[in-house]
Amino acid sequence: MIELQDIHKAFGPKEILRGVDLTIPKGESMVIIGGSGTGKSVTLKCILGLVHPDKGKILVDGKDVEKQDREEFLSRFGMLFQGGALFDSLHVWENVAFRLLRGKLKRPKAEAKEIAIEKLRRVGLTPDVADQYPAELSGGMQKRVGLARAIAAEPEIIFFDEPTTGLDPIMSGVINDLIREIVVEMGATAMTITHDMTSVRAIADKVAMLHGGKIRWTGPVSEMDSCGDPYVTQFVSGSAEGPIEAVR
Amino acid sequence: MGLLSPIAALGRAVLSALAWVGRLSIFAADTIRHIFSPPYYPRELGHALLTIGWLSLPVVGMTAIFTGAALALQIYDGSARFSAEAVVPQIVAIGMVRELGPVLGGLMVAARVASSVAAEIGTMKVTEQIDALVTLSTHPMKYLTAPRVLAATLSMPALVAVGDAIGIMGGYLVATQRLGFNAATYLTNTVNILSFNDISSGLAKGAVFGFLIALMGCYQGMQSGRGAQGVGKATKTAVVAASVLILASNYLLTEVFFSA
Repeated sequence: MIELQDIHKAFGPKEILRGVDLTIPKGESMVIIGGSGTGKSVTLKCILGLVHPDKGKILVDGKDVEKQDREEFLSRFGMLFQGGALFDSLHVWENVAFRLLRGKLKRPKAEAKEIAIEKLRRVGLTPDVADQYPAELSGGMQKRVGLARAIAAEPEIIFFDEPTTGLDPIMSGVINDLIREIVVEMGATAMTITHDMTSVRAIADKVAMLHGGKIRWTGPVSEMDSCGDPYVTQFVSGSAEGPIEAVR
Repeated sequence: MGLLSPIAALGRAVLSALAWVGRLSIFAADTIRHIFSPPYYPRELGHALLTIGWLSLPVVGMTAIFTGAALALQIYDGSARFSAEAVVPQIVAIGMVRELGPVLGGLMVAARVASSVAAEIGTMKVTEQIDALVTLSTHPMKYLTAPRVLAATLSMPALVAVGDAIGIMGGYLVATQRLGFNAATYLTNTVNILSFNDISSGLAKGAVFGFLIALMGCYQGMQSGRGAQGVGKATKTAVVAASVLILASNYLLTEVFFSA
């Protein structure tokens, strides 16, 4: 279980998070929605320790993330980055098996490559992709490789940062289905940030709306359309009229 | 207020420069700590030795041969004014080994390596590859900075040694083919004039320059701003800063090695 308690974060004079409280139960898929620049990525980076909150506490399974062994803590996580964030200088299989080639989870090279190819197959890529470089792949294929890398070490918690950004609707659907299948299959706790409502409906068990540096609403995805919160209603319908200012 | 504004601007510039030196010093200390503490990444080190050391050989060699050749011509022409043409081999050898080999080699490697390292790491930063490294339990300083800085520090003395030899050969070719020097005498005079201190000071300069070049490339890459403009600025700053630091440290090292 991941718990965020009163998280604050500012960059210079700009306050991004103003007291975020959020609980993600173990094994659930939580999707955080909200407009651009509302702090969705900052929230995610705070949990991973890539950004340090100015105030507040983050607990994973009841333990303060700041007080845990960094490598052990991060070994429980997998992350799919918005742009894939694949390492250009490494082959696709080396990207997927990155964690398995070094550190505490290190395996023999042949075994790591075998696992990488298996994970590539799991995300719908053929083994011949393994020996290519990321730059040789299309955007959709790079996202799948990123997904394969996120699940390679069988993490307990997986983060997805804008998983469908820049993809065509069909490829977005493929990635959404894959994420849902993998999260269910692995029993992992998942946190996704997106403003793609098709993704939200495909991936989420629960939804949280971030606005003004705070969680405005949280609830099951089935209640999202009828929750009555004017911010959520405007965001879901994509209307220019409502409490969320179009020009921010 | 109007009268004080230039002083305030000067103060801000000084404070900003001091802050830069402070950040760079902390970064350098961190880099040295990561070089000597596990885990080590031998594959990354090998790759850095290849790209920074081996692949810089052509540019260092070309620079050295033309510099040695031009130096022989200049020394011959200048020394003819007081009938001392015979000193060409000695001055070419000392000039190349003590100063021109390390400094020009360092500047050429700075242009080639500091720019590429800054651009590579800067691009990795803006495309979230550095964040990805962290989430994959890998320290970016250990994986990216330490191997590059170590590789440059180790390979620059070798590049300087090769550059010295090629530069002396450039002078030898011009002296024997164009200026009428006897080949055997030229080589004997070259060997006899060089001391251990001449050669070792040049190699030590090379190691310091290599450290500074890779350090500036990595530092500016890690500090890169967003987008193409941010990476471009980081690249430019890395080359300029590395070049200035090479010239400044060259003076200091020369004082240390050769001041009476």
